[in-house]
Amino acid sequence: MNYFSDRWHDLLPNLGDLVVAGLTQGAIYALIALGYTLVYGVLQLINFAHSEVFLVGTYASIIVWGWIGYAAGDGNPVPALGTVILLLGAGTIAASLVSGGTAVLIERVAYAPLRRKNAPRLIFLITAIGASVAISELVGELTNRRPWGVPLLVEPKTQFVIDPGMSINPAPVTNLQIGIVLSAIVMWFLLDTFLNRSRFGLGIRAVAQNEDTAALMGVNKDRVIMLTFLLGGLAAGVAATLYNLKIGTISFNIGFLLGLKAFTAAVLGGIGNLRGALVGGLVLGLVENLGAGFFGNKWIDVVAFVILVIVLMFRPTGILGDSLGRARA
Amino acid sequence: MPDDETTPTSEDTPTSEETPTAKETAAAEEIAAEERGGDSPAEFLAETAPETVAPPGAPLLSVRDVTLRFGGVVALDGVDFEVRTGEILALIGPNGAGKTTCFNVMTGVYKPTSGRVEFDGERLSGRKPHIITRMGIARTFQNIRLFPEMTAEENIMVGADAHHKTSVIGALLHLPRHGREERDGRRTAAELLEFVGLEGRGGELARNLPYGDQRRLEIARALATRPKLLCLDEPAAGFNPAEKERLQQLIRDIRDLGHTVLLIEHDMRLVMGVADRIVVLEFGQKIAEGPPAEIREDPRVIAAYLGVPEDAA
Repeated sequence: MNYFSDRWHDLLPNLGDLVVAGLTQGAIYALIALGYTLVYGVLQLINFAHSEVFLVGTYASIIVWGWIGYAAGDGNPVPALGTVILLLGAGTIAASLVSGGTAVLIERVAYAPLRRKNAPRLIFLITAIGASVAISELVGELTNRRPWGVPLLVEPKTQFVIDPGMSINPAPVTNLQIGIVLSAIVMWFLLDTFLNRSRFGLGIRAVAQNEDTAALMGVNKDRVIMLTFLLGGLAAGVAATLYNLKIGTISFNIGFLLGLKAFTAAVLGGIGNLRGALVGGLVLGLVENLGAGFFGNKWIDVVAFVILVIVLMFRPTGILGDSLGRARA
Repeated sequence: MPDDETTPTSEDTPTSEETPTAKETAAAEEIAAEERGGDSPAEFLAETAPETVAPPGAPLLSVRDVTLRFGGVVALDGVDFEVRTGEILALIGPNGAGKTTCFNVMTGVYKPTSGRVEFDGERLSGRKPHIITRMGIARTFQNIRLFPEMTAEENIMVGADAHHKTSVIGALLHLPRHGREERDGRRTAAELLEFVGLEGRGGELARNLPYGDQRRLEIARALATRPKLLCLDEPAAGFNPAEKERLQQLIRDIRDLGHTVLLIEHDMRLVMGVADRIVVLEFGQKIAEGPPAEIREDPRVIAAYLGVPEDAA
């Protein structure tokens, strides 16, 4: 009993900080999870190469910032607000375009030929892993396997402090953290609206529910599938830019664990369900940070996956468990 | 519905050369508004009717000497007939006669081993399903295949989308055409729901509709693609006599809108009551073709259906 009460005393003062950090981390998981869940909802395919869709986005925004004149460690002062907005916009657009383009390219090169030949599910899984390794290694070669720094564009400033009182320390919340969580919610909202309100969303839902019938009703299946990959890529690009701002350094192999966590988040929330990806991401970030606070930092990844196993034992379809085809606003 | 752009009927909107008086303009607008209101579905549904219609009686889909083999099995053997524009053609035959196979060849799902199928002068085999739909063939299914988790309205809108042209970018940016097409889709859905007798049920999930309504919704969804040829695969399966009666009328109404109808059906009374011509298949071969009165008397057809001793046939 002593062990747990000690741990509890370690955890309690940091509770506020852990919640804030957890939600921020979770928002990034959620943005990546949207891509896993979209593709799975339509094709019942786990696109393991999605982690690399995210990866190329992180490089894209850094490269564009470099072009504009802001590189890591060049001694530039933190730019003024107008410039920051311009830089963030340019970085996000570049990352989203590159990530979206990569996602569509993966679909065309790695999956579409298999689909035409009616290959069994397992083959797609192997190709997905192959595509993931290939892209990650290619990026590794191009960057000499050295990490890249990110220019300091946004100085984290405390916007407000959450003070829950009792024996919990007050937790400061920075502008960056607010921005990251809001971005995830906005992105989810946009995708959800697109899916449920637009005609293309209707096509995506039709293919998700019955692809052959959808084709017989005039839906261009290939186009719907490409669109699905594109949307997932756009969200991954946003995640990539935010990740850059938050972490400040990237490397060719960051995709693997992050992708795995995001996939976990998608399954946790109920894969195939956009709202599930958002909820799953936030819950995963929250729980793993609280777990790390309780058991110690080195246990953070263990906690994440143990939580996944426990939730799936009681709710095999995830927290919200629903399919994309059924998704309604 | 105040949106003028949904009805691009140039006759109703006065051109600038005429410089009409305010009164005339108002009158014209009233007429246009009346038409948009669409009290009678038939008026509106002229829009969902096929865009170009060949003269009645001209061959719309021709099956020319089609043979189809699966390995050693001959599923279709030199089948030759045509569907003529504006008619209701029924394809009948005992179980296993090759009706469904023939249907699949006609809709481009199977490629014939020899012979050819032409729709509106073009070959179908090898084309993607959504292209064939856009060329003007739509179908319903023996076993209902609606999108169960969509509303009735959304189901129809999927079909209506076959003819919409907005790009993804247009949809993302909410360009005017996207909005217009979306409104068109909703209007088509409302009119078609009324046409098949499902008015007011557009908001219900397809899976929650009663069986008969689901069958009618499938027909509405197929009509939304504006087919030149509508293929109904056993549309009366599971219907009671009263429902069959209504279905007969519905099929006639569909033909009267300008669609050609291909009907595969077991129910002889329905077929005899509604078809203009009948093609009879047995063991993959066409054994008879003609109007119902002739088919009814044809000894080979009677033999195929009732079974006749070898020597008598």
